[in-house]
Amino acid sequence: MMRCAVVTGPITPATLLTEVTTAATGATTLFIGTVRDVNDGRAVTGIEYSAYTEMAREEMERITQEAAHRFEGIRAVIEHRVGLLALEEISVAIAVAHARRTPAMDANRYIIEELKRRVPVWKREHYQDGGRVWVDPSAATSTAPAS
Amino acid sequence: MTCPMTQFQVLLFASYAEAFGSSVVTVTVSDPATSADVVAALRNLPGGSTLPVAPVVAVDRRFTRGVVRVEAGQEIALIPPVAGG
Repeated sequence: MMRCAVVTGPITPATLLTEVTTAATGATTLFIGTVRDVNDGRAVTGIEYSAYTEMAREEMERITQEAAHRFEGIRAVIEHRVGLLALEEISVAIAVAHARRTPAMDANRYIIEELKRRVPVWKREHYQDGGRVWVDPSAATSTAPAS
Repeated sequence: MTCPMTQFQVLLFASYAEAFGSSVVTVTVSDPATSADVVAALRNLPGGSTLPVAPVVAVDRRFTRGVVRVEAGQEIALIPPVAGG
């Protein structure tokens, strides 16, 4: 069982947990990514997420299939949100369930690491000083603030 | 003799869309065409000078590696450095 979605509204982790959990799954892991208030020493007020929606969903499905191949028997749900998110709002949630804890934890780790590496989602941080910057994890440091 | 030409609508996102001032741009390249031809044509447009040396190209919503053949009707996108999560 798997489901991957790019969503525009708030993510409800309890819904994801309900989806993956069954009588046969003795272990469920939940990863939640939220908007934090500082990055590279600059005060962040929010993050604007955008995506190549169809490809992002398909790439998340490919990642989940890879995880299912590596960790047989997992049930996984991923939701990634787009739009302008305030501090502490959930940007991504990944729920993985399995009969045993090790594959549930390892598969969740695999999915979030691959998601961050491959899924076409972008974020522009909004700073307290008025600056806005597209985040480029491949750069050594953040670029100068946009006007 | 006139070279056959093919037109592509290229999808742009995030910083690339901002640089080009649009989320989709049209380029015309010689047929048969490659992803490198499409990127080269994009460089000649306003905003194209901001592209990195080897921007990531997706064809039909899959990442490509190196230079690949592209054909009319395929969905071509330039993918800025991703930052999900």
